[in-house]
Amino acid sequence: MRLSKKIYGLQYHNDILESSVDSDILSSSKKNDLNFENWGLIEESEYFANKVKLFRQDQLNADEFRRFRLQNGAYGSRLNSDFSMIRIKVPGGDITPEQMEKIANLAESFSIGSAHVSTRQNIQLHWVQLEDVSEVVRGLAEGGLTSREACGNTIRNVMCSHFAGVCSNEPFDTTIYAKAVAKFFLRNPMCQNLPRKFKFNFACCSEHGLVRIADVGLVPAIQDGIRGFRIYLGGGLGAASFIGHLLEEFTPESRLLSTCMSTIRVYDRLGNRENPARNRMRYLVNEMGWIKFQALLLKERDIVEATTSIPTKNVFESTLKIENNGNSLSSLSGNKNTTTTILPLINSENIQTAYERWLNTNVIAQKQSGYYGVSITLGAGDITSNQLRVLAESIREFSEERKARTTPQQNFFIRYIKSESIPKLFAKLSSIGLGNPGANTIVSPVGCSGTTSCNLAITNSHRLAKEIQSKFLELNYDMDQDLRTSTIKISGCPNSCGQHEVATVGFYGGAARLGNSMAPIYTMLFAGSTGENGELGKVVMRVPAKRIIDVVLKIIECYKEEKNDNETMHDWISKISVGRGNGKIQNLEDIKKILAPVIKLPSFSENPDSYKDYGSDSNFIAKTARGECAA
Amino acid sequence: MCCLNDLELQKIKNNDESFDKLKKNSDSKGNNNSINKISTTLNLLCDVDTLRSLIKENKVRVVDVRKKDDYLKGHVPTAVCLPLAELLSDDSPESIINILNNLGISDNTPVVVYDDTFGALASRVAWSFKFVGHKDVSLLEVTYSGWKNLGLEIEQKSNSFDKSSHSLNMDYSIYADASYVENANNDKKKVIIDSRERLNFLSEHIPNSKNIPYTMIRSEDSILRKPSELKRFLENRGIDFNSEIITYCGSVGTLSGLVFFALKAAGVPNVKLYPKSFKEWKSLGKAKIEFKDANYWDLSAE
Repeated sequence: MRLSKKIYGLQYHNDILESSVDSDILSSSKKNDLNFENWGLIEESEYFANKVKLFRQDQLNADEFRRFRLQNGAYGSRLNSDFSMIRIKVPGGDITPEQMEKIANLAESFSIGSAHVSTRQNIQLHWVQLEDVSEVVRGLAEGGLTSREACGNTIRNVMCSHFAGVCSNEPFDTTIYAKAVAKFFLRNPMCQNLPRKFKFNFACCSEHGLVRIADVGLVPAIQDGIRGFRIYLGGGLGAASFIGHLLEEFTPESRLLSTCMSTIRVYDRLGNRENPARNRMRYLVNEMGWIKFQALLLKERDIVEATTSIPTKNVFESTLKIENNGNSLSSLSGNKNTTTTILPLINSENIQTAYERWLNTNVIAQKQSGYYGVSITLGAGDITSNQLRVLAESIREFSEERKARTTPQQNFFIRYIKSESIPKLFAKLSSIGLGNPGANTIVSPVGCSGTTSCNLAITNSHRLAKEIQSKFLELNYDMDQDLRTSTIKISGCPNSCGQHEVATVGFYGGAARLGNSMAPIYTMLFAGSTGENGELGKVVMRVPAKRIIDVVLKIIECYKEEKNDNETMHDWISKISVGRGNGKIQNLEDIKKILAPVIKLPSFSENPDSYKDYGSDSNFIAKTARGECAA
Repeated sequence: MCCLNDLELQKIKNNDESFDKLKKNSDSKGNNNSINKISTTLNLLCDVDTLRSLIKENKVRVVDVRKKDDYLKGHVPTAVCLPLAELLSDDSPESIINILNNLGISDNTPVVVYDDTFGALASRVAWSFKFVGHKDVSLLEVTYSGWKNLGLEIEQKSNSFDKSSHSLNMDYSIYADASYVENANNDKKKVIIDSRERLNFLSEHIPNSKNIPYTMIRSEDSILRKPSELKRFLENRGIDFNSEIITYCGSVGTLSGLVFFALKAAGVPNVKLYPKSFKEWKSLGKAKIEFKDANYWDLSAE
């Protein structure tokens, strides 16, 4: 109680905040808080309710209120500020069935009866009345969850590969580190007023993770028997995207906290607070130059290490210790699989049943022999309250871990399933519409919320992703081994919440005048990828919304004609993107020529529908409001 | 004998515990054999234990508003069958009085209504009884499924009782029609509540109405949350408890009937139901607010 008030008192006085850490506050909080899985703080509910009342009575100005609202995880909804989107943090993507049930109830009571998994492993509730946000905050705290610092200029949800702990290529389980970082910085005075948002991403191995497109991306490594990380800094997607830089060959575990703190301190001190379009850390790195930034950072780290009090360090390390002790499953011994994690369990050429089809794409073997991980395919991240409840039951019934992970592909991933449970799990999931195949393949495009709720969106990326999913499921594309490693990711604007730059085929929404009419149009990118060697996609061309499905079908057709023996579509697209095609299509120009007739729209009078966006029966107008990310 | 009056309700609205006690506190002075001569005080919500003892003592008329087929498969002991559709087919005051008489309900018969639709159908029936002047009517706090899941006794026989003679004593203080709602529209002391789900509300609603979706007001084990919670929801919305509140929903006043009772339970003295709701409002071509700037329907995972 006392603690939270202190922090609240500090929260809006920037001068006091300037990178200072009150170790007393922090250490006392950690001592009192024995349950590290509890992220919530019940008093924040009443506090929010009071702020809303003050705002409604004009006793709190709109800017001040917006800042407060964002700090507590509530965005204004699209062109209607009476409603909010509440972003529930899921630190490390790790969530219990009880928390899922809590979210199901909150979605039903105060939102639209469904929840939405985001590309940063959050769970979002849309169209919540502003006056009810405090009730959601209360419910979340009851379930040990929080939306605090899920928006605003803060440390956002700390991501962690959903394979962490079960990936056969990982040196160790990074989940505990992700959570310890999340715990340390949540409500920490040193990051309540950063120049802009700040994102951490932990990988499990060099393949699985979004480490090159985060402010801080961490890949686990072991050197001379010591745990540590390869840390990448200054990456990020947006109107201008950058790939992160490697700080040093190896950062030992003992320097994890000081490296994180010094990065935040340098950014807090030097980041751009003037220009909202240039205030992410990646711009600072880019403008200063990596070498200079790196030197500054290493120097800052020495200062941090020399001045951080022992109680403060203990706060972080004790979290790690407790987490480590509590984590018994990931050390399950026995025969370990050492082969690749993602593997088809059956021969996809003989797929007969819906179950086999689902097995083919949604089930992987863990490194713990005899255990499997199961992806739950959602449509662009949407899940109803009833589905959430059945999923929660399934987790309790079939997962020995009794937990689930949210994934950046907007799905759930449940682990520690014994092989004999898999058919029963499938039956249960299918009974409620959660048994679709194709998770993490071209069949399940990522789609941000787009014009369904976001102020910045120009197009309905969300619906487009679902349209592609139902079309591709109908075409059985999930069964095509050549296509399964390809991804489609769609954003409704250039700001990249749909992570379109790291997809095999990515799209971001815009508007264009075609003839005399406005139409929703997407910019298409090729050959983006994730992981430690991740690369940004290259812009190919613009495609009207209603031509996208046909364009992708044409690309698949071209690939099928051109492919070499074992070449996947992702490989082929990567190859032509750098001009190394060896058939009729050698480079992007070649494929643009082939696609040119496909992207052409009939005239407006001939087919007015093709000028409308998905999910809309009126003529297209590009409407946006001020984005709140920068507030 | 009567329901708790509004003042009494207000007195207890801050105190869930006393509310719970009051729910259970049925004081009987009457004759065990004749339901018509007893005196029982029921609250808006009747809990399971109270109903079971009232049934044992033959001091209550239980009304099952599900479809006849469902009723015949099993129902709460002594319950009579009154499908909502039957009441709605003619909900003129005379017809409702006729229904009361056929079910053997007199002016002072305590009535408990239940359904299997989270209390919405039961609410519409209970409201109708109140509207024609029957004061002692209460909603069972659980649905029929809830009752069954608790493992409580059920029976299959059809019940009927001697015809009664209920007086007609209209209570227009709980009723609103379209023109009343229209007038309330610009009256700052009156609040219009839309009880439909969020996406329906966003699509179109009566101007100046506020949304309290029916999904907000139930808890896991009761058709209504605790009064303190319901009260907080209203306070969060800045709704003055002394305002007059009018509830409406999509077509026949079921969802809004439930919200009617939720508001009463929260301690709002003056609540009205607009039973013809948005369906009539639209057919009369009255003003409505539409929100077309977002494709929110595409978020639903249904």
